[in-house]
Amino acid sequence: MNMEIQQFRYDNKIVQKFLYATLFWGVVGMAVGLLLAFLFLFPNLTEGIPWLSVGRLRPLHTNAVIFAFVGNAIFAGVYYSSQRLLKARMYSDFLSKFNFWGWQAIIVAAAISFPLGHTSSKEYAELEWPIDILLTLVWVAFGWNLIGTMLKRRQRHLYVALWFYLSTFITVAVLHIFNNLAIPVSAMKSYTVYAGVQDALVQWWYGHNAVAFFLTTPFLGLMYYFVPKAANRPIYSYRLSIIHFWSLIFIYIWAGPHHLLYSSLPDWAQNLGVAFSVMLLAPSWGGMINGLLTLRGVWDKVRSDATLKFMVVAITGYGMATFEGPMLSLKNVNAIAHFSDWIIAHVHVGALAWNGFLTFGMIYWMVPKLFKTELYSKGLANFHFWIGTLGIVLYTLPLYVAGFTQALMWEDFNPDGTLVYGNFMETVQRIIPMYWMRAIGGSMYIVGVFVMLYNVARTVKLGSKVEDELAEAPALARVSKRRLAGETFHGWLERKPVQLAILATFAILVGGIVQIVPTIMVKSNIPTISSVKPYTPLELEGRDLYVREGCVGCHSQMVRPFRGEVERYGEYSKAGEFVYDHPFLWGSKRTGPDLLRVGGKYSDSWHLNHMLDPQAISTGSIMPSYPWLVRDRHDRSNIQTKMRAMVRLGVPYTDQEIENAHELMDQQARQIEENLYEDPEFQRTYEADRQYAQENGMDFVDMRDREIVALIAYLQRLGTDIKIKVPEPSISEGTD
Amino acid sequence: MLKFVKQHMETMEGVANYPMVSLLIFFVFFVLLFWWVLTASKEHIKEMEEMPLEDNDQPQNTTL
Repeated sequence: MNMEIQQFRYDNKIVQKFLYATLFWGVVGMAVGLLLAFLFLFPNLTEGIPWLSVGRLRPLHTNAVIFAFVGNAIFAGVYYSSQRLLKARMYSDFLSKFNFWGWQAIIVAAAISFPLGHTSSKEYAELEWPIDILLTLVWVAFGWNLIGTMLKRRQRHLYVALWFYLSTFITVAVLHIFNNLAIPVSAMKSYTVYAGVQDALVQWWYGHNAVAFFLTTPFLGLMYYFVPKAANRPIYSYRLSIIHFWSLIFIYIWAGPHHLLYSSLPDWAQNLGVAFSVMLLAPSWGGMINGLLTLRGVWDKVRSDATLKFMVVAITGYGMATFEGPMLSLKNVNAIAHFSDWIIAHVHVGALAWNGFLTFGMIYWMVPKLFKTELYSKGLANFHFWIGTLGIVLYTLPLYVAGFTQALMWEDFNPDGTLVYGNFMETVQRIIPMYWMRAIGGSMYIVGVFVMLYNVARTVKLGSKVEDELAEAPALARVSKRRLAGETFHGWLERKPVQLAILATFAILVGGIVQIVPTIMVKSNIPTISSVKPYTPLELEGRDLYVREGCVGCHSQMVRPFRGEVERYGEYSKAGEFVYDHPFLWGSKRTGPDLLRVGGKYSDSWHLNHMLDPQAISTGSIMPSYPWLVRDRHDRSNIQTKMRAMVRLGVPYTDQEIENAHELMDQQARQIEENLYEDPEFQRTYEADRQYAQENGMDFVDMRDREIVALIAYLQRLGTDIKIKVPEPSISEGTD
Repeated sequence: MLKFVKQHMETMEGVANYPMVSLLIFFVFFVLLFWWVLTASKEHIKEMEEMPLEDNDQPQNTTL
């Protein structure tokens, strides 16, 4: 056998680049989060600046933290550990660089396009189609580079961390492609191919598994590498890690529907999601215990070593979040938690503790190694640990209280059958103190990050850069493709990256297929309602404005079949009501009230005044004002393209409707303008504005051409279709 | 776009078998998994778990 020793160099430069990007985007993402936290307290802090409004910043915050901060941390850790576990330099320096610069380009594109209002509105998949395509290319480059390195490795077997990386690559690719299938209508606008209930199911199959395969599996891989490294002892049980890996990736993919409990999703799909979510507790806690028990016998080290401290809290956070997850997926718990701040607390245990702290631990361990020096200050690292931990506690605990408080208030009845808190605002006002504490906790967390930034900068200055680190390992001798004598199946699989990848793909596809295919293909799952008609052209344009402003971030459109909700909002939602909704806008958080049945509830002029000054209309409201909607002209230029795209997706617009789209828009807009004129106050100020514009030779946009008119048209339509009386039975079951 | 494929499966033959098939896939999956893990040899597990700990940042002086 050829056992020649080969010399090669690890690419440390790419790791350093990803590490700097992690720090930079971490600060950006968290700073946007902090701004949002303060916007809950001072809703008009960024008054009149469209690109700094809550609805547009929310996707910026979530995407920056998930894909920019955590994403770059994943790449830094994967590029560092994969090279060492495979005893090889990355497959291609070009692909490494393409991965790095491409990823940063996507982030910059997101940071520009979200504030400008370009969003698909599907949570954590808000990027519009051209950026989605770029993301696909960069992701493929990453996978190609990773698998290429595996193929030229000098280590016979693949360590478990690498399986987690491999499954991350495969699953994120599958999720990203299927959830983002859409028909473009312009350079930065598209409509998803799925409608209503189906869109919801595909979105949360994606959304839940983005948490699983972007925030969890790569970090578990990092845990399996960096925790043994930092503790200087092997993982507690390697056998457990095999079970952890396969059961986790197999079960996780089924759990998505727990985001849609009590919604209009068919019951069988909801229950399947619940069952698998409960099962998920076993592999998650198996992994957590495996991580924590790795420290058995070295707990004294945890006292002095900041890296290990961060990792212990990170793994504990993982344990708490993955215990809470299955509990939240139980229908009775979900009924309270869903749409409330409880969920915000839940995700921040995951983001701040699990992802954040594991990243910090990894950085404190890796930076001295990369720069051949000691950490500049252990004291500062310890300070970071404590202020960060306190920050997490202060962030999450108040929001748990807020979630419970508000959910109980929503469902509270007087003995005479009326709601105790009939005005939604009362339930918002009650939790403002909790929002204050959240903002303080978040501030503490970000202060810790700045301290780390300083510590890292000083460490880098102290050390010396080793960009291409020399290493040696014997070349890998070829062995049979088949199983060797005495080799078990899994032993064989552990030296076969391609076969392992195929099996992992199979494991993650089963769940998705069983849930999604029947919902899309079997007609009876979505009973049709004959009175539900497509949106008029003006309403469609208004709906796009609703999407642009990110209204879905604070307002749901899903009345659950609870007494409290039916009393407060009206008839509960039916699956058949959403058949023309591309995308669905059910939402996941109620900072404001549900809007599904808002149509016809208020006058047109109420909506106009409310958008201009929410606090004047509804005392104590924390909704920001939207003056630009009342000022700017709405876009009618591509309405026909939009309608044709909808026709391709199965929305029954007739050729005549498409041809007359502009006239139809104008008619409906004029009617709304007339309605607005009925308010004498409006008439006075509007005419004064017009006169002022004429006298000063300024452009004047007629009210009927403004964005607010399209938005009012949409809002007044919402949820009204099922109120129309149809002589025949209105709900007809499709054929099975 | 989906309307093109939708009609073909509108009435899924034997959709009732779906739950049983999924249960079987699930059961077999875990039986195989535990079988793999329990039959893995001690030496192999030892070799695998030591992997991250090899200090491969320094050129090794192994002479073979």
